[in-house]
Amino acid sequence: MAEITVTVNGRTHTENVEPRLLLSDFIRHRLGLTGTHVGCEHGVCGSCTVLIDGRAARSCLTLAIQVEGREVSTVESLASADELHPLQKSFQENFALQCGFCTPGILMAACDFVDRRADPSREEIAEMLSGHLCRCTGYVSIIEAIYEFSRNSSGLEGS
Amino acid sequence: MKPAPFEYERPGTVDQAVKILAQSTGGKVLAGGQSLIPLLNLRLSFPEVLVDINRIPNLYHIAEDEGVVRVGALVRQSTFGDSSLVQSKVPLAAQCVSHVGHYVTRNQGTVAGSLAHSDSRGELPVALVALGGRVRVVSEEGQREIEAADLFVTDFTTSMSETEILVESSWPVLGPEWGFAFSEFALRHGDYALGMIAVAIHVHDGVVDQATIVAGSVADRPLILEEASRQVLGRPLDEHVFSSSREAAVAAVNPADDIHATGEYKRHLIGVLVDRALRSAWKDSTGGING
Repeated sequence: MAEITVTVNGRTHTENVEPRLLLSDFIRHRLGLTGTHVGCEHGVCGSCTVLIDGRAARSCLTLAIQVEGREVSTVESLASADELHPLQKSFQENFALQCGFCTPGILMAACDFVDRRADPSREEIAEMLSGHLCRCTGYVSIIEAIYEFSRNSSGLEGS
Repeated sequence: MKPAPFEYERPGTVDQAVKILAQSTGGKVLAGGQSLIPLLNLRLSFPEVLVDINRIPNLYHIAEDEGVVRVGALVRQSTFGDSSLVQSKVPLAAQCVSHVGHYVTRNQGTVAGSLAHSDSRGELPVALVALGGRVRVVSEEGQREIEAADLFVTDFTTSMSETEILVESSWPVLGPEWGFAFSEFALRHGDYALGMIAVAIHVHDGVVDQATIVAGSVADRPLILEEASRQVLGRPLDEHVFSSSREAAVAAVNPADDIHATGEYKRHLIGVLVDRALRSAWKDSTGGING
């Protein structure tokens, strides 16, 4: 066991972890943040995607012990008490989710993506989405939601 | 789907890291973890010790030096692909990197990790072989350089020993008379390709005088297509050359059947990719004038 200190969604946690504990399990089981979903556990489905120091990462392909001293953001960091994040709103308005299993991972990946690519094309969004499996929507509505968000988010601070 | 127990070490220097590797039996280096951690989760690999090198500060460089771009072991694939130095000096590498895994896995996965993993379906090994690059590896005994063509032995096996760490890859900067192209086909973007081709050609006075065509995903390591490369030498590229090189490429590969495609389909695909890549490399080298 080793003690790690990590900031998750702005709150600092100090926990003892076994080195083999995955970050995805740390987030869900230790911190109770079950918005981060676990699908395939080998990096294919994308549903466990979180931000580590602002960059999207598969939490199932990261050990909790590796994020010692880092800042992690999960889907719970997006909405404030009663207000959805504009990206979430765009998903709602474009019918970009149905069962919602893949959604948290896609939202976190899209936060990083839109942050780094000014005005991405639909093709670029589709290519980014190739790392995320959604069995409900057929992706078109997700592409549209991210596209719309990217066009409205210029000048949107901190999104 | 959980890793078996292991000991975890987080050295702060390369010296400490190689010492730990030398003292352990069955130690593994953890960099980006995008190939290693799936193997741990699936329990296809159960190292005794994981040596996490991510906090070693001097392995993050991308720098041009003596005709190569040197890339430290902790440079992420996304940083590499987004680097304006890589894009302008090693365009072949920049072209292929968008096919490596997915947007999110490229944020963590490293260039060095892709090389050391030696997956025959990896894009970066194919590009490094096509460019004639090399890697620098370090162990307690000292350091050595390995040519790309000698690094990849077979699937998941390099010519490095278990106690060596790949600390840097060197990507040759080739001049304006060179043309490059990378072409692959996968069922979905980011999936393992059914076939891929990297081409580097040097054009002088309107004719090709150096050429390397390398295939990936069709053998147990990057395969230099020697006859197909020879077919393009000594002339400007035209329909006749495209088709003779394509035929030579198809004759040189013998990929296995798998769940996604038959070997015969993949052989045909290699011909198509050689044709596409040669046209595009020719256009690149001639600035589009003859393309």
